[in-house]
Amino acid sequence: MPPARGHTRRTFVPMNSAVTISHLHKHYASVHALQGVDFSIARGEFFGLLGPNGAGKSTLINIMAGLTRADAGHVSILGHDVIRHYREARGALGVVPQELLYDPFFTVREVLRLQSGYFGRGRENAAWLDELLATLSLSDKADTSIHALSGGMKRRVLIALALVHKPQVLVLDEPTAGVDTELRRMLWEFTRRLHREGVTVVLTTHYLAEAETLCDRIAILDHGRLAALDSKTALLQRYPYRMLCLSVSDPAPALPPALLPLLVMRDAQQIKLRLHKQDDSIAGVLDALRDAGFSITDLYTQEPGLEEVFLQITATPVLSGDAA
Amino acid sequence: MTSHPFSNPRGMFTLFWKEVWRFLKVTVQTLLTPIVLSLLYLLVFKQVLEEHVEVYSGIGYTAFLIPGLVMMAVIQNAFANTSSSLIQAKVNGSLVFVLLAPLSSVEFYLAYVGAAMLRGLLVGAGVYLAALGFTDLPLAHLSGAIMFALLAGLVLGALGLLTAILADTYEQLSALQNFIIVPLSFLSGVFYSIHDLPPLWHDISRLNPFFYMIDGFRYSVLGVSDVAPALSLGITLGFAALLSAACLFLLKRGYKIRA
Repeated sequence: MPPARGHTRRTFVPMNSAVTISHLHKHYASVHALQGVDFSIARGEFFGLLGPNGAGKSTLINIMAGLTRADAGHVSILGHDVIRHYREARGALGVVPQELLYDPFFTVREVLRLQSGYFGRGRENAAWLDELLATLSLSDKADTSIHALSGGMKRRVLIALALVHKPQVLVLDEPTAGVDTELRRMLWEFTRRLHREGVTVVLTTHYLAEAETLCDRIAILDHGRLAALDSKTALLQRYPYRMLCLSVSDPAPALPPALLPLLVMRDAQQIKLRLHKQDDSIAGVLDALRDAGFSITDLYTQEPGLEEVFLQITATPVLSGDAA
Repeated sequence: MTSHPFSNPRGMFTLFWKEVWRFLKVTVQTLLTPIVLSLLYLLVFKQVLEEHVEVYSGIGYTAFLIPGLVMMAVIQNAFANTSSSLIQAKVNGSLVFVLLAPLSSVEFYLAYVGAAMLRGLLVGAGVYLAALGFTDLPLAHLSGAIMFALLAGLVLGALGLLTAILADTYEQLSALQNFIIVPLSFLSGVFYSIHDLPPLWHDISRLNPFFYMIDGFRYSVLGVSDVAPALSLGITLGFAALLSAACLFLLKRGYKIRA
C-alpha cells in the first residue's frame, strides 16, 4: 500500500498512544472535509469524538480504519501507520460502523467465523466467538440469517464482528442511533466492561448525555477542524453559566429591567435565568426579585451539560489546528 | 517494517472460501442452470446441424460444439462470480468487513479470482461430463484442457473483478455483461469455425480474446484447431497478465473501493 500523499513529515508517536492523528487533510471535490486535524488518544482512554453532521467525524474514522485515504497527514494505531503497516494497524482496531451493514448470504455464526478468518484466526478462536455470541445475547440467533434479524440484533452482530480479533482499540460510530433503551443499556455495560479490561474506546454519538456519562476526554470537530479537545471536566468548566430555575406565585409582577438580559424562559409560575458563574450573584438576583414583589415558592440551579458546551463551541469560530 | 503481500494466508483462504461458499449456497443458480442451458444448446444444435455440418474433417458437429459450449460456460460463470459478488458487496456495504481486515490487495485479488476459476472449472466440467452422453468425445490433451479452462477462468475472473471495481451500479455491470461479454463469448467460434466466415468477420473474430481461449481448449480436446495452440496460449496468458495487473493496480490504489 502506498503512503498517503503529502507523506513528507516524520511523525512522533507517543509510547502510550492508542491513536495518533497528525496533520490530517481530506478533500471531497471542493469540500475540505478535514483541515489539518492533529491529536492523539492515549491507551486505555474512553474517548468521545463529537461534532455536528458534516464535521468530519466519519471521514476521520474511515481514515483510521483504512476505508478512506487521506490526502495528507498520518494516522497510526498503537504506533502502526494505517497505510505503511496496515496489517498491524487493522489487527489492533475494531470498528462498529454506523450503518446496519451485512451480507445476506450468511448466518450470524458464519459471518463471525469468516470475519475471524480474515484476521488470520482459526479454530482456536471458536471459544471467543461463542463468548461474544453469549455476551451479546446472540446465541439463540447464531444459526439465523442476518437478513432475518431485527435492527437491534443486527447492531449486536456488528459489535461482535468488530471484536472477533480482540482489538485493543474499539471505534463505535454512532452505535446507539435508533436503538431501544434496553439494548442501549446493554451496549454501554458491555463497552464499559471492555474498557475496564484495557480496551481503548473511541465513541462518536449524537447523544451528548452518553458522551458526558462515558467519556474521559472529548474532541469536538467542527467544519473539519478540531474545535476543542479536553477532559470532560475541563470542557464543562468552559461554559461559564448556570441556570437558576424559580417557581413563583401566580400572578407574578414584571421582571426588573436589570434581570431581563438573564431571562431564558418565563411562564405564569416558572422563570429560568442564565447566570454567569463569576459575574452574577444568586443572592443578588433573589434580592432583586423580592424587591420587585415576587413571591418565590421553590428554586434550584442547573449546572451546564455537554450539550451547552457543544452548542457554544460549534456556534463560534473554530480554533486553529494547534489550539488543543 | 512493510507489510508483506502474502503474510495472511489464512485470511486469503477464508476470503476465497467465503466466495466459494457463496456460490455453493445457490448451486441451482450458479452451477446447475448454466449446465442445463449449455445442454439445451447442445440438444437443439445436435438435432438441427449434426447431419448437415462438418467443421473439421472426420469430426462431427456435436463433438466440435462441445468444447466451445464448455468454454462459454467457463467464461460466463467466472465473470459472473467475481463481478456479481463484488458489486453486491459494494452496493450493500458489506465489503467494509473485508476492507477492515488485514488483507493485501494481492490476497484480495487471488481469493476473488481463485473462486471464479473454481466455479468456471466446476461448471465447465459439469457441461463436459453431461455432454459425453450426447456423443463420443476424444480428449487429446487433458492437461492442456484443464490449463485453458483455468486460464479462461482467471482472465474472466479478473475481468469481472475489474468491472465490479469500476462499476457503481448493477445497471452498469449488467450493460457490460449483456452487451460485451455475452456477445464476445457467442461470437468467438463456439458454434462455428472462423475459417467459415467472410474475410472481414474472420479478421474481426481474431481480435476477440475469447476466440483464443476456446480454440486452445478445442485443440486440447479434439486435437485440431483454427490457430496454433501456442498462439492461443500466448494471447490468453497476455490477457491474464494485463487484466491481473490492472486489477492489482486499482486494488492497491483503493480505486472506488477505499474512497
